[in-house]
Amino acid sequence: MNLRQRLVEFLSKRDRAVGGGGPKAVEKQLAQGKLTARDRIRAILDAGSFHEYDLFVEHLCSDFGMDGKHLPGDGVVTGTGTIQGHPVCIYAQDFTVAGGSLGLAHARKITKIMDHALKLGIPLIGINDSGGARIQEGVNSLAGYGEIFFRNTLASGVIPQISVVLGPCAGGAVYSPALTDFVFVVEKISKMFITGPEVIKTVLGEEISMEELGGARVQVETSGNAHFFAATEQECFEQINRLVTFIPWNNQKRADPFPAKPPRSGIDLDAVVPAEPTRPYDVRDVVRGVCDDSDFFEVQQHWAANIVVGFARLGGNTVGVIANQPMVLAGVLDVDSSDKAARFIRFCDAFNIPLVTLVDLPGYLPGVDQEHAGVIRHGAKILYAYSEATVPKITVILRKAYGGGYIAMCSRHLGADFVFAWPTAEIAVMGPEGAANIIFKGEIAAAADPEAVRKAKVAEYTEKFANPYIAAANGHVDAVIQPRETREVLLHALAISAHKSESRPGKKHGVPPF
Amino acid sequence: MTDDTPPIRLVVDDTAYETRATPAFASRRRWSPPDPRLVAAHIPGVIRAVYVRPGQAVRWGERLLVLEAMKMQNDVLAPRAGVVKSVRAEVGEMVPRGRLLIELE
Repeated sequence: MNLRQRLVEFLSKRDRAVGGGGPKAVEKQLAQGKLTARDRIRAILDAGSFHEYDLFVEHLCSDFGMDGKHLPGDGVVTGTGTIQGHPVCIYAQDFTVAGGSLGLAHARKITKIMDHALKLGIPLIGINDSGGARIQEGVNSLAGYGEIFFRNTLASGVIPQISVVLGPCAGGAVYSPALTDFVFVVEKISKMFITGPEVIKTVLGEEISMEELGGARVQVETSGNAHFFAATEQECFEQINRLVTFIPWNNQKRADPFPAKPPRSGIDLDAVVPAEPTRPYDVRDVVRGVCDDSDFFEVQQHWAANIVVGFARLGGNTVGVIANQPMVLAGVLDVDSSDKAARFIRFCDAFNIPLVTLVDLPGYLPGVDQEHAGVIRHGAKILYAYSEATVPKITVILRKAYGGGYIAMCSRHLGADFVFAWPTAEIAVMGPEGAANIIFKGEIAAAADPEAVRKAKVAEYTEKFANPYIAAANGHVDAVIQPRETREVLLHALAISAHKSESRPGKKHGVPPF
Repeated sequence: MTDDTPPIRLVVDDTAYETRATPAFASRRRWSPPDPRLVAAHIPGVIRAVYVRPGQAVRWGERLLVLEAMKMQNDVLAPRAGVVKSVRAEVGEMVPRGRLLIELE
């Protein structure tokens, strides 16, 4: 072979491999509103930045007629590139090749790029679109999954890991996304479940569609397995680009600073929170009224909406915001909201992102379902996560901070560096009604007009305790501030905490209640 | 998506808050005390055998039926001594979790 022939041979080999499962399979993929694996990668990454590796890797399986089968790239595309200038490692399963089924060579391509991401200290993005295990490869396919999960776990808290589910992701395969930090799903395209509709029908006789069982909406609204929902793949890729700008490359770095911008005008913080503690409002208006450019990137927006978590910037630097949402379930803590907040707090702590907590809640949600679902165990997660966190922790009590809810929401007692309170704050063991009914139970019952006495006692308790000044008098609150001063106060607190270094007792790892 | 849920009044410590439900809260099931006379399927599966009939006295721990689930033949035992009032399951029937199988008097 001469030089030219070698070149021609290479180009034809490459073209064949890049063609994936061939024109017919690609056509089928596109007809479902899905892009091909390589087009997805190109759409997520900065233009022209993708470099592919292991294009010529193929399986070594010879059982069940596999010896004659060529599976280009073994059904997965791996490589590196940049997103908004940030380097990332990326892989995308190629459904056009044997349904994106996972065999050992396929898995080893993924674990190789994962090892790269961990060594290089850069985020990992995995795009899942696979029919599941390659049955012909038997236990080797399972080995492949296990090796991926192991690396997901090793990388956890070291590099950000992002999963994008753009097709089926079923059976054991779902545990890779489950072990990563953020899961993105797209309407009508993403399907995640452990056992599919067929098995459920056989075993249970229940008929349910893939969409109803584990579609995108179910994962963001009902199960909480996914964090970001998009109507189209393109919208999903934009969300990924946005997320990457808020987080650092790895746990040794900080998120890139941006130019500081004031909040957009129009939000009067002095008027956002109703003084009446039973009236709802959208706590996100407070976040937008404080943060740079009023730009708040919410995480898990559609699940456990009684707590709001997400990223914003203050003075150009990323902060993680955790806020009770009075508009939903009065902002109570419950099984799901504790789980949601604890996970987010741990992500922020692992990746050097300061925590800003906005408090307005009446406590934990009462109910048999909550108690039986383990609100004790789940509720403990948020206490653990806040106590464990060593990043700067700044708390602003907007209105109600009652009982266990007060303690849990990054109180001074869980190690908050700064605790501020608005004049509307009510820091007490419980709301005035409940407290008066307990403390003055005998007096109310014995009165000639119990309702009048009860009202008077509620008023007395409100006057005495429903304010920030007792907590401030005890040093549990550092300063009572006017709402409009909040941004300036937070900027100062963050600036002087920038080099905070706090250590915890040496240990192999804690044993959080999960 | 939560914005679509209807407004509710949520009572915490004697105070009623104006707010909205989450989908999970809106669809929660009311608790009722379990009835020790009812034997329900603890796992979805298929009835493979029924050993008792109405009117029959059973001892605590006596085998009532076999519920096959996840490729395992599970003996379902009497949770207390009593007389079988009714048998609500047939051999070969597929039953979901929580389905009433046998009622004791």
